[in-house]
Formats: sequence, C-alpha cells, structure tokens
Amino acid sequence: MSIYDMTINQLQQQLNDKNISSYELTKKYLARIEEIDPVIHAYITVTPEAALEAAKASDERRARGELIGDLDGIPMALKDIFCTDGILTTCASKILANFVPPYNATCWQRLADVGAVLLGKCNLDEFAMGSSTENSAYFATRNPFDIERTPGGSSGGSAAAVAADLAAYTLGTDTGGSVRQPAHYCGVVGIKPTYGLISRFGIIPYASSLDQAGVFAKNVYDCATVLEAVSGHDEKDSTSTPYPIGDYRGACQRDVKGMKIGMPKEFFEEGIDPRTIEIVKKAAEKFAAAGAEVIEVSLPHTKYALPAYYVLACAEASSNLARYDGVRYGVRVDKPTLEEIFCATRSAGFGEEVKRRILLGTYALSSGYYDAYYNKTLQVRTLIKEDYDKVFASGIDCLLTPVTPGPAFKLGEMLDDPLTMYMTDVCTVPINIAGLASMVVPFADIEGLPVGVQLIGAPFSEEKLFTAASAVEVPRRLPPDILKQAVEKGVER
Amino acid sequence: MTEFQTVIGLEFHAELKTKTKIFCSCPTTFAGEPNTHVCPVCLGLPGVLPVLNKRAVELAMKAGLALNCQISPFSKFDRKNYFYPDLPKAYQVTQYPLPICKSGYITVPDADGNEKNIRINRIHLEEDAGKLVHSGESITTSNYSLPDYNRAAVPLIEIVSEPDMASAEEAKAFGDKLKLILEYAGVSDVKMEQGSLRCDVNISLMPKGSDKLGTKVEIKNLNSFRAMHRAIQFEEDRQRRMIERGEKIVQETRTWDEGSGQTLSMRSKENDHDYRYFPEPDLVPTVITPEWIEAVRSELPELPDKREKRLKEECGLSYYDCAQIVATPALAFFFDEVAKIFDDKKTIANWLIGDVSRLINVAEKEYEQIPIAADDLAYLLEQAKSGAINNNSAKAVLEEMFASGKKPAEIISERGFAQISDSSALEEAVKAVIEANAKAAEDFRAGKQQAMGFLMGQVMKATKGQANPNLVKELLAKMLK
Ligand SMILES: [Zn+2]
Repeated sequence: MSIYDMTINQLQQQLNDKNISSYELTKKYLARIEEIDPVIHAYITVTPEAALEAAKASDERRARGELIGDLDGIPMALKDIFCTDGILTTCASKILANFVPPYNATCWQRLADVGAVLLGKCNLDEFAMGSSTENSAYFATRNPFDIERTPGGSSGGSAAAVAADLAAYTLGTDTGGSVRQPAHYCGVVGIKPTYGLISRFGIIPYASSLDQAGVFAKNVYDCATVLEAVSGHDEKDSTSTPYPIGDYRGACQRDVKGMKIGMPKEFFEEGIDPRTIEIVKKAAEKFAAAGAEVIEVSLPHTKYALPAYYVLACAEASSNLARYDGVRYGVRVDKPTLEEIFCATRSAGFGEEVKRRILLGTYALSSGYYDAYYNKTLQVRTLIKEDYDKVFASGIDCLLTPVTPGPAFKLGEMLDDPLTMYMTDVCTVPINIAGLASMVVPFADIEGLPVGVQLIGAPFSEEKLFTAASAVEVPRRLPPDILKQAVEKGVER
Repeated sequence: MTEFQTVIGLEFHAELKTKTKIFCSCPTTFAGEPNTHVCPVCLGLPGVLPVLNKRAVELAMKAGLALNCQISPFSKFDRKNYFYPDLPKAYQVTQYPLPICKSGYITVPDADGNEKNIRINRIHLEEDAGKLVHSGESITTSNYSLPDYNRAAVPLIEIVSEPDMASAEEAKAFGDKLKLILEYAGVSDVKMEQGSLRCDVNISLMPKGSDKLGTKVEIKNLNSFRAMHRAIQFEEDRQRRMIERGEKIVQETRTWDEGSGQTLSMRSKENDHDYRYFPEPDLVPTVITPEWIEAVRSELPELPDKREKRLKEECGLSYYDCAQIVATPALAFFFDEVAKIFDDKKTIANWLIGDVSRLINVAEKEYEQIPIAADDLAYLLEQAKSGAINNNSAKAVLEEMFASGKKPAEIISERGFAQISDSSALEEAVKAVIEANAKAAEDFRAGKQQAMGFLMGQVMKATKGQANPNLVKELLAKMLK
C-alpha cells in the first residue's frame, strides 16, 4: 500500500512506529504535488517552508510524547477561501491577488492547534461561484479520474487534491453543493454539516446564510475525525450554534439496522441520468440488506429550491462582495475620481460569473423588485424547510438521493451554458436552503467516472449520517495514473 | 393671504457611550491617530464577522425607556448598501423593519407655554461610518482624501420623531430636551461639536387647518441647535415664498450652509440611493426579555421632568433654581449626593448655583469634573450653618478646596477660620474695645444706634474676624446697658 493511499489512522500508525516522520511524509506529499499538480492544478499556493516547519514541530512533539491528537503531523490543504494568517488568500479572484490576511479562519486555527500540517491553498471557482473551477481567475482544476473533465466546483481543487493524493484531507465550503458535487465527481467522501456547526469566521463569504465549511476525506472515518476537530461554537461567529460536537467516529461503528432511510421521489424525476438513479437504488438495496428500512417520501417544494437558491445567494453575494472596492486592500485600478476607481477596480477585478451574480443579486434587492424576488424567496425557503421538517418528524433518520444528475462533465462543455451548469446543483441546493446536514459517499462509477450518493439529515443529525455513510461506503477507488493520462491525452504539464 | 402651518420632524444620531465598538472590541475613544482604533472586523476585511456588543443593546434600551418607548422583544439587523470609502464593508449594519424601540414621546412647552407631547416613531441601533480626511480645505478642493476608520462601527442610535413640531422653537425645545434626557440616561456624550450627537430636519408647509402634508425637504449638516433653528426659519421662509409664487416644492435633501446662512440643494429624490436593505445574515435576531428590560430600567437615574418637579415640591426651590440645577446632570447628581448628608436643600442649591458654579467656570472645568467631594461640601455647609465658621470664611474655604484639593476641616484649622462662639473668650475683647472707645460707647448709651456698628467692627478687627457676630452684638448690648 502506498503511503499516499493511507487513511489518517494508518498514517498515525506509521508515524508512531517510526516507519516515517511527519517531516518525511510532508516532503513526500510536497514532492508528489510538484510532480502531479502541474497536470491537476489543485493548488493555487503551495507553502513548503511553513509545512515542513509544522511537520518538524509535530515530530518533536511526538518524540517528547506530547502528541496533540490524531491529526497531529498529518499533511492537509485548505480551499483558498479560508483566511490563513500570513499566507496569500485569493479566493481565486484577481481582486484579492495580493491579499494576505492577518488572521486565521477559526476552523483552520482549530486544525493548526491540533498539529495539522498545511501544504497549501486549493483552487476554486472565483468566490465559490461555480460548479467546475473553470471560474477561477487563475486556472481550471482537472479531474484525476479523467483529466479532460472537471473535478466539480466550487471546491474542485480541494476534492481533486484528496482524490489525486495531493493531501491526506482538505477543507472546502458548500453554499449550494460546492463540497458534495466535487466529492461526487472526484470519488471522495465529502460532508456539508448543518449550518452553524462549523464557524464561518475567516471564511470569505459568498452567501452568508447558506455558506458552510465542509470536509473532504479518503473515507468516512477520516471525515469524522476531521469534522470533530473543526466543529463547535465560536464566539467570533454569532451564527455558530452552541450545539455540542457529536461522537462522529463512534457513530461510524454503529449499526444501521432499524434506521429509516427516506427516498424523496422528487429527486428521481426528469433531468437525472437513469444510470445515476440505478446507482442510488443499488445503495438503497444495500441499506435494506443491512437491516434499514427504505421508505419513499415526498418533498413537494423541491423544484423551487434552485431558483430560490439563485435569488438568495446572489442577493447576499451582491452585498458581501461590495467591499472589494480597491480602497483598503486587494487590487486597485487607479483613476482620477472615486467613482471611476470603484468601477475600474471592480470591472477588472471580478470575473464574468461573479459579475453576473452581483448583477442578479443587486436586481433582486432593488426597490420595486424586493417583494417579488427576495421576499418571495424567503417564503419559499420556509416552505422548503417545512417539507424537510415534516419528513424528519415522521421518523425518517436520513434521506438518500443522487448528488447531481450525472458524472463529471468535460471541461469547457458548459462554459457557454450557465443555466445547464446551474442545473448540476439541483439535488444539493435544497439542503443549504433548509440548513440541513448532508454527506456524499462514493458508491459506484459510470464509464470509469466516480458516482456518489447523497445522504441528508435533520439539523445536527451528523451522527446518523456517519452511521448511514459507513454502512453504504465502498472501498476507495484510485484514479488512473495521472502522468500517463497526461501523455495519452496530450495535456502539457 | 393663506396662512401656513410648518410641519417639522427630526432625526437624531447619537453615539452610544460604550467602551468598545458595536461589533468588535476596538475602543470607541474619541480622537487618536488615524486608523489606530481598528481591527480586521471594523475594517471589514474578507471573512470577518460581527459580534453584537451587548452593552450597545442595553444603552439603546435605556434611551428607549428614558424616551417613553416600547422595547421590542424581537428586533433584528439589516444591511443598508451603498458605496463610499468611509464605509468599510460598503454596507452599514442598521435596523430597518424591526427596530429595537418604538412609539415614545418627549414633553416640551409649546408656543403658549403649555405642555406638548412630541411623539417618537422609533429608535434603531446601527454602526457609524469612518471619516475622510481631505488633503485640502474641502472635498471639492482636495487632490486626495484619506479614510480614517477609528470611528467606523462606533455604536449609534438613530431617533426618529413624528412630524409633530410646528416651529423652530419647538424643534429646538425638543432637541434640548432630548439631549438632556440622553445625558441623564448616560447613553451618549451628546456633544454636537464632536459629532456624538447629529441632527437632520424634515420640514414641510401646509395651509393652516389642512391635514394634507406638503412636500417635505430634508436638511442635513446641522452642527448645532442654533444652526437647526436658523435653518428651519430659513426653510420656512423659502418654502412659503415658493408656494406663494405658485412654485412646486421639490422633494430633496438640502444642506445647511453656515457661512451664507441658507440651505442649498444637495440631491433630489430621484437621485436618492437605492439602499437595497435586506436582513443581515451574519447576526442573529436580538431577543429582549421583560427581565432584561427591568434590569436596564433599574439603571436609569431620575429623569429631568420628574426631577424638576421633585426639587420644586420637596426642596421649595424656585422654578429658576430648579431649571438651573436640572439643566446640568452632573450638578443635579452632585446636589443629590450633598443632600444625602446635609439636609438644607435650599442652601445647597444656592451654593451650587452660586459659588460652586462660579469656581467651576473660573477654573474652566466641566461640571463632570467638580474637583470637590460631595461629603466635603456637606461638611463645609454644616460648619457655616452651625456658626462654627462665618459665611465669608466658608466661601474662602471653598475657594481653597477648589485650588488645593484639601479637606475643609484642614483648611479651617490651618487658616484659623474657626469662629469664636465662646462668650467668656469674647468678653475680654468686648470689654477692651468699650474701654478704648469711650466716646462711641457714650454715643450708643445716648441712643445712637450707628455706634453699635462701629463697636462691632472694632471687636471683629481685634479678633481677626473670627468672632461670632451675633454673639458680639449680644455682649455689646449687655455691657453697654
Ligand atoms: Zn475593530
């Protein structure tokens, strides 16, 4: 077994047995990044010096018997949307091309506090707006399973990094599916926990009422380990709840027998690839075989989720991104007057998709349109939430659905067709709108491309998700040789 | 000719007296080098989040209670979006549909001297912006401007009145009263010159007796109540002339130009910002329980109206004396302190309005910094009342208390101010004066009352002013019989 393929527990075993040090392990990861990443483009910034320093400190703790926990000395990476003290944080935007924050995002601080070794910052769609990483101002990330395809988005870099063994685990963010869709496309485990479980402090916001950090890992148990480390109330984020952190690793060992798994029929209708539907049904059979009860349920307002998402997310984004005016930090285009500075800076600094969403959101909040769009959407949001409340109140433990209509699409395929691209989020956005917990587990493949299933739970029911996910989990599939792919497909490094 | 009725509504912004800003722990201290009281949160750096300052909520509640408002059990924050370099996030966090306080009032005298209630529509909590420091005299003559964010996110309350005022005098009375109440409540420094209290005016005219409001004009940039008064009078006149000429009043924002003494057009309604208000997703709603309201209410001191009434009734003070004391909260609180120990309230009032105020003015001090302790003043007044020292000595002692900070007992003994009230001790002196001034003594015996004054003066001189004058008079009368 390759060291890159090892889970967090297996790596800790190696480190404890002195088969390898954290320093050596980190060097190996850095070497692999140097070799593979010119093809995959998972990273915007790699931080070798800081990583090796952190690894050395971890080795010293280990030698002194002062190890902090299971993540101590394990190399990982962050989506470049998490603020990192002293390390460039671009959000894949030109407007933040030079932004070095003087503070850490709380969830990164929590990992740093338990000895995590940061390898670097991963690519994303600019300001997390997109489903393919093609909206990154720097470059698109490639899917390790087929480098001509997208790893998904917006956390595509983080997902690809785990899939291609360029980090042991990574953090991403999920506003409408940005962890779950790339996890599904890249064949890794991804969780978007309940809104409020992980602090949003230091995460550059896209849509504040929907944004939530999430974890990418090689298997369900690793995902549980990391989630336990990053969760919990943060006094710097008023919307982070004081809900106690669950025993997610313990939950992975529990029996799924007797659990009630709901299959919402609205998630299996037109627009979903029949092969995807077959795969989800196979997962349902696996649950049933393990003693869970599978029940068909209905979430009648599901079809309104996607339009509601675009109104809400764009409205909040139009306000959240207004601060990038070139006055205080980031890139400024100098002009003779204030208004010209604002216009020139924002015109040059933002990409097309970001501009499109700012305009949509500004329109939705404008006087005369507010009631028809924003206010109406808040009502729709309540209806969608109530759908889920009813289903969970009826005794359903978690829901099983497809993640996206199909497997990863080709890079460039949907660039001129934003509406079709938006459709890939149709199964994931309702969860953010309703503030629920959700997880994606790789389960099968279509023509060699990974396909996962989505599990959805009531707010703060992450333990149940981990029990269900462990029951349906299959052994990790490795992507085909990436360098060989590059040669075969004529992709230059 | 049609007679017109002026309709005025006021909007006040008051900076709350919290130690820290509304969403971060930066100090709110006035002044300081530019951009020294800032952090990632109040600079609006990417990814930071606001955390509501509980004290700011309490001070807003306090203001609401002092202004007879209802405190909302459930309020929330909204974002007001606009671009300006002094606004770090390009939106101001404020309260739009659900403010923290609603429906209050202030009582002011109207034109006939009767009490009139001016209603308050709402009080909402919000953050202040930073300020621009211009390279030249003004923004139009500057090559560049530099933003200073020290004031950014200092907590503010906006108090919005109903259009219940009919004249510049009523508006001024409302402003004065509001300022005083906020000062008593300890909510704000209310210093217009430092910008901790700011005021905008909404004014329109309608034919007398009509109930259909005219087109309103907003006036900004009023740096004092005097400016407000002048601006209202100017605007009343301007609008009346326009209506009389048959011209239409434009709904617009005008700015007061102190130099020329007129209001100038700033922007019309059509060019108004669309602020695109929407709920602030980074903050949770503010839930206020009845217990919390009562706890905050218990922090409120006695407010001006009630206090004035009490001073009049309990202390027998004149309207003028009451108003003088009540107008200065620090003086009124000091009065209460002294009155706890010394019970002749009329005497306290006379001293506070008289010598204490004079000495504070001479020392160019604020009433907030009265340099003497209440119990020391009470002691001094007690000494004067009991006759242990005379009135002139008491004044001299007070002066020295101000100058040196010494205790009154110490000053009295050092300067030998203690009055001689022991008749056996004085008898000698009186006897000696009578002997030395036989002529005057004769005159007195012969019925010349003026001679008494001369003899008393001689005794006072001989005792260096320490003799109790009443006792001297008594002794002289006895010995000259
Ligand atoms: Zn601050």
